Amino acid sequence: MKNLVKKITIVMLIGVVFSLTGLAQAAEKIYVPMLTYTTGPYAPGGIPVDQGFRDYFKYVNASGGVNGVMLDWDTCEYGYNTDRGVECYERIKSKNGQMGVAVFPLSTGVTYALIPRTKADGMVLHSMGYGRTDASDGRVFGHVFTAPMTYWSQASAITRYIGDQIGGLNNLKGKKIALVYHNSAYGKEPIPTLEALSAKYGFKFLKYPVNHPGLEQKSTWLKIGRQTKPDFTIIFGWGVMTQTSIKEAKAIGYPVSKLIGNWWSASENDTRPAGAASVGYKAAGFHTIGKNYQLHKDILAKVYGAGNGSGDKSVVGEVLYNRALVQGVIFTEAIRAAQNKYGNIAINGKQLAWGYEHVNLTSSRLREMGLGGFMKPLKITCANHEGANSLLIHEWDGKNWVNPSKWYSPMYDVTRPMIESSAAAYAKENGITPRSNCN
Amino acid sequence: MFQAFFVDPFIMIYDTPLFFVEVLVSGLMAGVMYSLVALGFVIIFKASGVFNLAQGAMVLFAALTFVGLWEMGVNPWLSLILSALVMIGFAFSIERIVLRPLVNQDPIIFFMATLGITYFLDGFGQTIWGGEVRSLDIGIPNEPFMDLADMTGLYINKFDVFSAVVCSFLVVILAGFFTKTKIGRALRAVADDHQAALSVGIPLKTIWTIVWSVAGIVGLAAGILWGSKLGVQFALSLIAFKALPVLILGGFTSIPGAILGGLIIGSGEKIAEVYWGEAMGGAIEDWFAYVVALIFLLFRPQGLFGEKIIERV
Repeated sequence: MKNLVKKITIVMLIGVVFSLTGLAQAAEKIYVPMLTYTTGPYAPGGIPVDQGFRDYFKYVNASGGVNGVMLDWDTCEYGYNTDRGVECYERIKSKNGQMGVAVFPLSTGVTYALIPRTKADGMVLHSMGYGRTDASDGRVFGHVFTAPMTYWSQASAITRYIGDQIGGLNNLKGKKIALVYHNSAYGKEPIPTLEALSAKYGFKFLKYPVNHPGLEQKSTWLKIGRQTKPDFTIIFGWGVMTQTSIKEAKAIGYPVSKLIGNWWSASENDTRPAGAASVGYKAAGFHTIGKNYQLHKDILAKVYGAGNGSGDKSVVGEVLYNRALVQGVIFTEAIRAAQNKYGNIAINGKQLAWGYEHVNLTSSRLREMGLGGFMKPLKITCANHEGANSLLIHEWDGKNWVNPSKWYSPMYDVTRPMIESSAAAYAKENGITPRSNCN
Repeated sequence: MFQAFFVDPFIMIYDTPLFFVEVLVSGLMAGVMYSLVALGFVIIFKASGVFNLAQGAMVLFAALTFVGLWEMGVNPWLSLILSALVMIGFAFSIERIVLRPLVNQDPIIFFMATLGITYFLDGFGQTIWGGEVRSLDIGIPNEPFMDLADMTGLYINKFDVFSAVVCSFLVVILAGFFTKTKIGRALRAVADDHQAALSVGIPLKTIWTIVWSVAGIVGLAAGILWGSKLGVQFALSLIAFKALPVLILGGFTSIPGAILGGLIIGSGEKIAEVYWGEAMGGAIEDWFAYVVALIFLLFRPQGLFGEKIIERV
């Protein structure tokens, strides 16, 4: 009996020593719980983003980390399923007792669910180009970041683009703009903005919801193509929905050149499966496409050259891969900003939030990072977690995205008051006192 | 509200009858595509009394195999044959590993087993072939007959017509198989009672392997048609949900029922969406199909062509 107790004590001591060693090692790294979906109906969107994230993190580590601090991450596959996303978050939010610093859910539904949880865990939630638009008000949502753009900004910038196509915003009066959207929290996000712009500019706004996953849309496109015949149709799709929209539009004889996809309906996975039907399709993005940037060359050399790539090499430079690079660049820049204040240490989530609020990606800084001209400069502040940015429209020629338009800035004069009003309502509902030291 | 539900839709139909015809025809064509998926369910249910929840996953797996082989450089016709052989091999495995140990168990046990097969097949298919979208172009243009459109104003899609022809061909073949062959007649006996069928010498193993093979090949046809419409990707497995109201309406054991059910559901949901959708907030077609099916259930629980079950107590 005595021997047994002795043995158990030794085993427990060894366990404690090992876990303490693990903790000490982990604390030297910045840990990120990575939620991914590489299976399920939305996998075609999740796979290239996942690949881009991992490649960028590997590249950062291969380049000596962020000021010498390495990145560490665990992944959890959730199949774009909100409840599984939350379960994944709870499972991997910490590692060896060290809480993660930030999470990037890549899902509006999961973002909504994680806002209170990440707040309680002292973690940054960065929903880049998705999620809850009013979270851009940093006075209310101190730990949530939406930079570089939100759905509301996107809807207004696309409207500006449409105005440009017909000789100015004033010519929108009497025109018809339709929105074909994924019938979910994500798809419904731009509706308040488009309604406000419809009232302001006098165009008729038509809404066409499409249920998940969007396999069958014939009746929607019959109404659009044969009945209402809008001058332009904006698509807020995801997964199979977008290519089905393009194909059905073509099948009913609606001009594909009048379709404008949002940035989640703008990847090669949306256009290639639609084949020849997608020639002339246009879509938005807050960054450019392709791999002719120094960062891509460095990733190919340091990550793929070392046989450490996270997926198919040909995906490097595709739309969603590049989107992940934007995410990675903002994240590491926020770490650097935080390290300027707190020292070159493995910062925690609260310190990272401070860093995010001091991100200043100028043109010259983007050039230094190997992304000159890749996106517009970005400055995030305490009050404005979206920053100010712009989008451009590309056109699909059957093989590649071509003819990038000029950059279109959002109508912040319309969207910002809406953001503040919605955030104030959220604060009231949830008993949050907005920060007063932001201005 | 009254106006939006009971007046406006009928005025629209009266004002633009040609558009109504277009909606109706489009619905019928969509219905044919649903029927193609529903056929796979019917074949297995008719022969074994098993509601095979894995039919959607079989459609995806068959299409992934076909397009995967084609992308590897295999001739498309050879890919088709090899994919059919893979589905037959799959049927053998299912019979040996899943069905045989469950002989004479309650139908709910078989149903739960097919649920397991669904998850396995979804994951296995993606593990082998990946989760990316794969383009599939079988050379049928997805565009309207422009001559017809110019002459009549009616937009009928070439791809939809091709799908309808393929589906009709399959129905004729399957109907002949089930009614004119010895195996077809044996299927009914197996469905009624496994033990009794075994006792009169019907080879249960063979029958099950045959029906799962046929359902796999029908799944391959559905996968190719839906895959060339949507791209071959995981979402294909979800088309099973479009087939369920068709089955409820047409009956689980009737091949003509699957066809007629598909046509009614397809045209009904399109008409409802176009004329009543806006008044109800839009995107009603998915649940409307189930409402139609449930209404039919109230009057004919066995479906339009299903067998009326009389049990003596």
